[in-house]
Amino acid sequence: MDIKIRADKFNFFYNETMALKNISMNIFKNTVVGIIGPSGCGKSTFLRSINRMNDVIFGARHEGDILIDGENIYDKDIDVVGIRRRIGMVFQKSNPFPKSIFDNVAYGLKINGIKDRSYIAQKVEKSLQDAALWNEVKDRLSKSAFDLSGGQQQRLCIARALAVEPEVLLMDEPASALDPTATLKIEELIHELKSKYSIIIVTHNMQQAARISDYTAFFMMGELLEYDITSKVFTKPSKKITEDYITGRFG
Amino acid sequence: MRKVKEFIIEKLILICGLASIFFVGLIFLFLLKEGLSVFNIVTPLDFLFGKSWYPISDPAQLGILPLILGSLLVTLGAAVISIPIGIGCAIYIAEIAPARIKEVLKAGIELLAAIPSVVLGFIGMITLVPFVKNCFHLPTGLTALSGSIMLAFMAMPTIVSIAEDALYSVPKTYKEGALALGATHWQTIWRVMLPAASSGLLAAIMLGIGRVIGETMAVMMITGNAAVMPNTILEPIRTLTATIAAEMGEAVVGSEHYFALFAIGIVLFIISFAINVTADLFLHRKQ
Repeated sequence: MDIKIRADKFNFFYNETMALKNISMNIFKNTVVGIIGPSGCGKSTFLRSINRMNDVIFGARHEGDILIDGENIYDKDIDVVGIRRRIGMVFQKSNPFPKSIFDNVAYGLKINGIKDRSYIAQKVEKSLQDAALWNEVKDRLSKSAFDLSGGQQQRLCIARALAVEPEVLLMDEPASALDPTATLKIEELIHELKSKYSIIIVTHNMQQAARISDYTAFFMMGELLEYDITSKVFTKPSKKITEDYITGRFG
Repeated sequence: MRKVKEFIIEKLILICGLASIFFVGLIFLFLLKEGLSVFNIVTPLDFLFGKSWYPISDPAQLGILPLILGSLLVTLGAAVISIPIGIGCAIYIAEIAPARIKEVLKAGIELLAAIPSVVLGFIGMITLVPFVKNCFHLPTGLTALSGSIMLAFMAMPTIVSIAEDALYSVPKTYKEGALALGATHWQTIWRVMLPAASSGLLAAIMLGIGRVIGETMAVMMITGNAAVMPNTILEPIRTLTATIAAEMGEAVVGSEHYFALFAIGIVLFIISFAINVTADLFLHRKQ
């Protein structure tokens, strides 16, 4: 399988605190990677390192490399904005802009300088369909995004991320604030999306990781302790501590 | 016993709440009582749209159109200068400036707000006025433009601090969402942060303008105080506020001049009221 993203001896610091220690892992094309681990283990930090969202944080620095298609995203000359367009992100708390449903999805296209209205309209419809939201909102595209339910808002954020055609989709506990029905919809959606994207999803929910991911990475105290095919991690983990965490003995 | 205490406290708070409205009402009634008498001498239309203000000639000519236009001209000029700079400054402080520069800037803005207007007017008189005079080769630098520039300085602290608050209170998640979509920092500010903060920004602008239109001392010192119809921004003008301040001392109590000054007060009151109501309407429509 082709490697999409590769972390190579990646360390990350918040001021003096070391949040990620020596992370090396390969993430393959068209797979879903679930990242699990107790709170504060560095899983969100790692996710945010992949599209350089940590750049905004004061006092953050890193060592080592993360590569996308062999290109170092921490290269001095790299265009950070371009990297973020290739690597989309969905946040833990749905964060639609205070705009209409249509404008939320069209935002990414507009900032890319696309002006062709019919193209935008077509793309918005496609993205909403891909995010399994189209049928619920097609009659009220000009309504505020805040009128939607929590689950719908999160799917809107996914549609917004899809509209700019990223290659990789990062999801930071996208279903943690949703009810079971909405969660199920998001999970089905992730399953659909994997044919087109590489997806990395952070989750607190062990069952969710087992259900939706092809590979599972177990993080603890900033280290990557285990990374393998999901069925293997959940049935025959190589480390005792992974087993303890998965079976709910701590965390 | 406890109930009585609760009752008394509730009523006391109610009185505090009503007091401000009560005082505003009293002020307005007093203004009306003193000011409306002027309409026994001139009709409201002649008063508002009359082009000459000669309150002590005989018969007195009490047309305040030049004063209204003077106020509007100075305010407009100040708005044109202070809004872009003020909002720009707020964006810089809230979004771009490194922590240390931010602190220095904020302190500077607060200091600007703390300068008494008469001091600003004095500084304007000896620096800005000659500057404007030389720049445009005018017979005098005491012009509407000088007043506008001066007032822009006075509106700026209000605009900057409220606009900065508004930008600061835009949820961080909006910013992250936009950045994650590959928006540049400026695209994030322009297309997400500013629209999200628009109601607060509008309030900032309105309060800034409110400050400008009510300002008296500084404008009186540097706009030349000529109660004539303004043709360009490079001529002396006189504002409504300056007229009241300059002439109230010499107007004979109970004279038509005295009543006319109170009527100007009513006009000012209505203008500020209208600005506030407009801001309010806009804010509520936004929500």
